Amino acid sequence: MAGEVKSQKPRAKTQSGEMAKPAVDPEPRNSSGDAAPSKDLVTIYVMGEAYQVPKDLTIMKAMEYAGFRFIRGCGCRGGFCGACGTVYRTKDSYKLKVGLACQTVVTDGMYLTQIPFYPANKKQYDIAKEPANTQVLVRFYPEIMRCIACNSCTKICPQDIDVMGYINAAIRGDIEKVADMSFDCIMCGLCASRCPAEIVHYNVGLLARRLYGAKVAKRSPHLAERMKEINAGKFEPGLDKLCKMTEVELSALFYDPKTRDVEP
Amino acid sequence: MYPASMQESIKRLDATRAERIKQTRIPLLGADAKKELLKGFHPDYIESSMRALAIGPNKGDRTPHELADLLEAWPIVDRAKFDTEHPKYDVDVLIIGAGGAGVSAALVAATHGAKVLTVTKLRIGDANTMMAQGGIQAADKANDSPERHYLDVMGGGHFKNIPELARALVSDAPGVIEWLEELGVMFDKEADGTMITIHGGGTSRKRMHAARDYTGAEIMRTLRDEFRNQNLELIEYCVAVELLTDEHGTCAGAAFVNLETQEHFVVRAKTTMLATGGCGRLHIQGFPCTNHYGATADGLVLAYRAGAKLGFIDTIQYHPTGVAYPEQIVGQLITEKVRSVGAHLVNCEGNRFIYELESRDITASAIIRECQSRNLGVATPTGRLGVWLDTPLIEVLKGPGAVKKNLPAMYHQYERFGIYMDKEPILTYPTQHYQNGGILIKDSGETGVKNLFAAGEVAGGIHGRNRLMGNSLLDILVFGRRAGIAAAEAVKSLEPPDGGFQHVAAYEVELKAAKVPPERRSPMLLPEYRRPEFKTPFAFAECL
Repeated sequence: MAGEVKSQKPRAKTQSGEMAKPAVDPEPRNSSGDAAPSKDLVTIYVMGEAYQVPKDLTIMKAMEYAGFRFIRGCGCRGGFCGACGTVYRTKDSYKLKVGLACQTVVTDGMYLTQIPFYPANKKQYDIAKEPANTQVLVRFYPEIMRCIACNSCTKICPQDIDVMGYINAAIRGDIEKVADMSFDCIMCGLCASRCPAEIVHYNVGLLARRLYGAKVAKRSPHLAERMKEINAGKFEPGLDKLCKMTEVELSALFYDPKTRDVEP
Repeated sequence: MYPASMQESIKRLDATRAERIKQTRIPLLGADAKKELLKGFHPDYIESSMRALAIGPNKGDRTPHELADLLEAWPIVDRAKFDTEHPKYDVDVLIIGAGGAGVSAALVAATHGAKVLTVTKLRIGDANTMMAQGGIQAADKANDSPERHYLDVMGGGHFKNIPELARALVSDAPGVIEWLEELGVMFDKEADGTMITIHGGGTSRKRMHAARDYTGAEIMRTLRDEFRNQNLELIEYCVAVELLTDEHGTCAGAAFVNLETQEHFVVRAKTTMLATGGCGRLHIQGFPCTNHYGATADGLVLAYRAGAKLGFIDTIQYHPTGVAYPEQIVGQLITEKVRSVGAHLVNCEGNRFIYELESRDITASAIIRECQSRNLGVATPTGRLGVWLDTPLIEVLKGPGAVKKNLPAMYHQYERFGIYMDKEPILTYPTQHYQNGGILIKDSGETGVKNLFAAGEVAGGIHGRNRLMGNSLLDILVFGRRAGIAAAEAVKSLEPPDGGFQHVAAYEVELKAAKVPPERRSPMLLPEYRRPEFKTPFAFAECL
């Protein structure tokens, strides 16, 4: 097993004579490399049903501990994919809270449901043909004009994005601002689930980012230059030569600071 | 939020920071020093962790037990449940998997006029692509060249890479960046359009392009949006359980099970492409992993049964910096970009011990040596060991606010657990990250099985024995596009095939001769993380 001391398999001594020596006594771990869960249990309610789970687990691991096997509602398990958006209430609070199941730790009395999918309105467009002007976002998604500034989208965003702020920027037609403000979006869809104006915020942000990347940001001059060189076959003779080299020849080039200097 | 036991060591780290800033770069290791470090401490070198395969095209090759258990295994589904005479779909190109490789292949194959169907186990974009943070390499600056990139790739792979594949990788790289730029990927740029590029482990030029620390997510959500714009056909939550082959062993499509309805169906295809990703969720040697839930090596299993040869399957990449604390997110990725922008790796006494941007296998081995052999790791309350990444140093080097600006995703991840990485260091230990090898391909993505293509992490040979940072986002797009074109072009001279499971029956003869136990089944489909009392053997098989 990894990241701990005891389970390291015996290995050969290195030339400097170093050998593994245990420093601390680890807890047993399961096959996925997790530590043994805490013996202190809390009660969580998954879609209304009570389960006793260790207190220090994430919602995702707690649900697995409770016996759920995910098909939906579980993706990258690292906070990037937006598959595991979860809505919950905590004990004695009227507030509706939200988090990614893979990143949020359970608390006693947590009352939750996952929202792994929410129907969304997505327009089709040809980025190459659409102008990056102030009207384009409203043209594709006119419903953004219906925003009543309730801020529910911002309050529910598990990425702490100022969602209403970027919808305001979209209404003003400020593509750059929408692109920048919405950048951390993982498209979990929770904003759309709460919007009384039926806006699908994350698709507005996505359109703005694509327009910004393709149309507003300047193209790279050095990239265009390199493409010309590649299309002219400039590097082919050099690559022909390199591809025919033996391991020893390549290694000599690789370790020679004259042929492979490292940019500071 | 760190417990008192760890605070002591943080004080030592804080105390040495000023000295470390003045320190000159730790010299790069030479060839012999690298060999010794790998041999002593890289997990691939633990003899008992692997075994020789008993059957199949790679018979005799050293393979991690966890993967060997899936390759030497019986089919998970009774094939009598599939009606191969009446395929539900009849297409030109079938793409299995909808991460970066599959989606880019679908886009390109469709523009080449093929009727394309993409089928994926989870959702489109549910892939390691989405999680890649640090960047994508391309030699597109004046001081750089594809030749230089080639040399770096080969050096990183210990010169074992297949030359034609490494050449395709570096030659297509600038074109891939251009394609992404046209699609609207928001690369980090200067005002005049110059790409902001940095070093990655093992690069000799700053050629790592990034979109903050959401590079893979930004690429994936853009490709996915384009896929939806093009109205390409997609089926989600359906898992491939077997390939189909005709009487000559040529691939003819695949058999699927709908994970939600349990429907069994067959797709007939003139060409088939595997873009199913890697094997992170096998937890090789019990390591935690950085990978997506669906990274269960299914593609390797299917291709192997159909007769495709695999390569470099004895080399697993352990990312040097996985989370070692807090326990809830152990094993998750701390992007290499943290080191690229200046953070030092520091042991419990506050000292550096390796140049931070050595290639990943070297850096990972050095961290393991620090913790396991030199006794200079920092212990967590659950008994893990790790070393520090001095992230507050980034603020000193690049100015206040630099951590939040360059690493918003990382900052957010730690903030959730009350750790502020602009003020406190973070604890790391290697974590299983990448399958260096896979199905052997040609530079067109063709595998050893006729009309079967592969691209992305499921394919092997490009990176030799160790992949460099920023070359996997590149790899999936270079070979996704190449395989997409080749698969679409190939269909022009092909008739709809008649596929069956002859190859599976033949494989079963070998399984029987090798006395593989009947309860060992594959592909895995999804990992099993429930408590033992909930686990029924092959729970999915029962509903299949």
